[in-house]
Amino acid sequence: MGKRVLITGLSTYWGGRLAQSLEQDPDVDTIIGIDRRPPKVALERTEFVQVADAHSLIRRIVQAAEIDTVVDTRLVVDSTVTTPKRAHENNVIGTMNILAACSGDNSCVRRLIVKSSANFYGAEQDDPAFFTEGMQRPHPPRTRIERDIVEAEEAIQDFAHSQDKVKVSVFRFASVLGAGMNTSLTRVLSLPVVPTILGFDPRVQVLHEDDLVGILAHAVQNDLEGVFNGAADGVLSLGEVLDLLGKPAAPILPPWGTGLVASQLKRVGIEIPDELLALLRYGRGLDNRRLKATGYRFRFTSRETFQRFSQVLRVAPIAQGAGTGDTYRYEREVEEFLRYSPSVRTAAPAKRLQNTAPPERGQAPPEIEAESARS
Amino acid sequence: MTTEIEPRRDLLPAIEPERRITDWGRSERVEGLFDRTIYDFLYHLWFRCEVEGIEHVPSQGGALLVSNHAGALPPDAPMIAKAIKEEHAHPRPLHLTMEHFFKGYPGMSMLLPKLGGVPAHPANVHRLLHDEEQLVLVFPEGAKGTEKLYKDRYRLRRFGRGGFVRAAMKAKVPIVPIAVVGAEEAQPVFAHLPLLAKATGLIYAPISPLVYLPAKFRIRFMEPIRTDDMGDAPWEDRGLVQTVSQEIRARIQEELFDMVGKRESVWF
Repeated sequence: MGKRVLITGLSTYWGGRLAQSLEQDPDVDTIIGIDRRPPKVALERTEFVQVADAHSLIRRIVQAAEIDTVVDTRLVVDSTVTTPKRAHENNVIGTMNILAACSGDNSCVRRLIVKSSANFYGAEQDDPAFFTEGMQRPHPPRTRIERDIVEAEEAIQDFAHSQDKVKVSVFRFASVLGAGMNTSLTRVLSLPVVPTILGFDPRVQVLHEDDLVGILAHAVQNDLEGVFNGAADGVLSLGEVLDLLGKPAAPILPPWGTGLVASQLKRVGIEIPDELLALLRYGRGLDNRRLKATGYRFRFTSRETFQRFSQVLRVAPIAQGAGTGDTYRYEREVEEFLRYSPSVRTAAPAKRLQNTAPPERGQAPPEIEAESARS
Repeated sequence: MTTEIEPRRDLLPAIEPERRITDWGRSERVEGLFDRTIYDFLYHLWFRCEVEGIEHVPSQGGALLVSNHAGALPPDAPMIAKAIKEEHAHPRPLHLTMEHFFKGYPGMSMLLPKLGGVPAHPANVHRLLHDEEQLVLVFPEGAKGTEKLYKDRYRLRRFGRGGFVRAAMKAKVPIVPIAVVGAEEAQPVFAHLPLLAKATGLIYAPISPLVYLPAKFRIRFMEPIRTDDMGDAPWEDRGLVQTVSQEIRARIQEELFDMVGKRESVWF
């Protein structure tokens, strides 16, 4: 019997990419995606249900469709994309609701896969050079987004302990880079000169976007249990990274009073959140061997990820306005017609429509999402 | 939910030949530059290092090197690294453990990792010794060694809480004790300025010569102490850990007295 998958946060960048990837997998019978807003990518056989994270509604969907695998891609890990309050609602309260929807004696859910973040560990002076999954951060979380992530993970751990029937896997992903990404890190790296902290050359480890989707798909296909660090092989120094990107460093952030200067930079439109400031000072490395031991093979190393990202940066100014943006728009009636109408004989794959449709501009900015697609 | 399983050695990241910086932040280029200039000058001309027992440093596999520590800006660590590079039959890179403080201090946090410095976290030492099978140098006296005044020279401070013994036992690697004579006279510390230390945010601000004095360096590597034949989980046995730690301390102390007693001049 094939797998029946529910993806929460279908309209986030990751939810959409994962759904597209799972659609290619013949072992997956059913894919249902839920979110507050319509999906932003073209999907062939994923069914979309528009729902806020009210646990009773989600539970009904889960029971009705006999979902066995729930993939939670909602977690906000970048504090610049939304207000702290909304991030808290989404990360902590939202997670509680998903957990509530999956629990219960008669629940058919057997696996829960959660996308979390390496911000769980923070970045401090007395960190180990490579975090393994069993390590705790040496100090309590310093920023709200880190606190939210730790709180969400604690709720998930509790759930894992109390629900024997459900195999829970949590993935702590390093900063992700890719063509579709728009995070505080990609924005800082896109600047003509990259602001750094004077006297620091931190260690940087990243993950390619294809690897993130690959890891989540790997988790759906295999029975994994426990916490896994998701970070590519290789920890680079920031100087090495800037060499690869061909960008000069601007050590304009002083080692003392860094926050003050960073808040001035925010006024001129360069936003560096506290989590990123900590990374620019102390850096962070993750031990990815536990994930590798499950059979996952990374497609890119950190170095290759930066090389690819540098190509993206070079093309970006030319590609802008050339109509290569995301052109798909979800229209419920059209999607339903194409999928269920007996009149449709050759269901045109949505992917082909994407390439021929005229470019569309001026989409409303996303409200809550971790990493929005470049629009 | 998380059960700590020993991460597998064979799953360590492959080496990317194009890179000139390791995952620890060690830079071949910067290290080479220092090695060809300052270290070469200090080792051969300034301190005229004399090395004994270099064969006690194993040619392969991990090993924990333990040494006494002195000098306001301690020159002993780079000289031990240089000695292995110059005298050993199979020269190997040496990783130097440093206080976490340096990771947070501007400038030093940039330079020291490039020269092979690694913050002295137990997990870092274990990964280097066990998984990567490298040589690691520790100074169990830590800052207490560099802080001590000239009048206390060659008198070893307390050896921490024996964390270095536990690290070697867990990694099942031998411990090589080292006695270094000369660093105490190269940059003696006469007094401390706590107010200056506070103002600059440094760990300490000593009154000492600004340049190294040309004291004669003698480095003696001692016979390795095996830790893989001490039973199943010897690091659980606090008594054993302390005993081994004190034994190593006593051996280094003994050698130091022997070496100081035999030298006829501080400078030659």
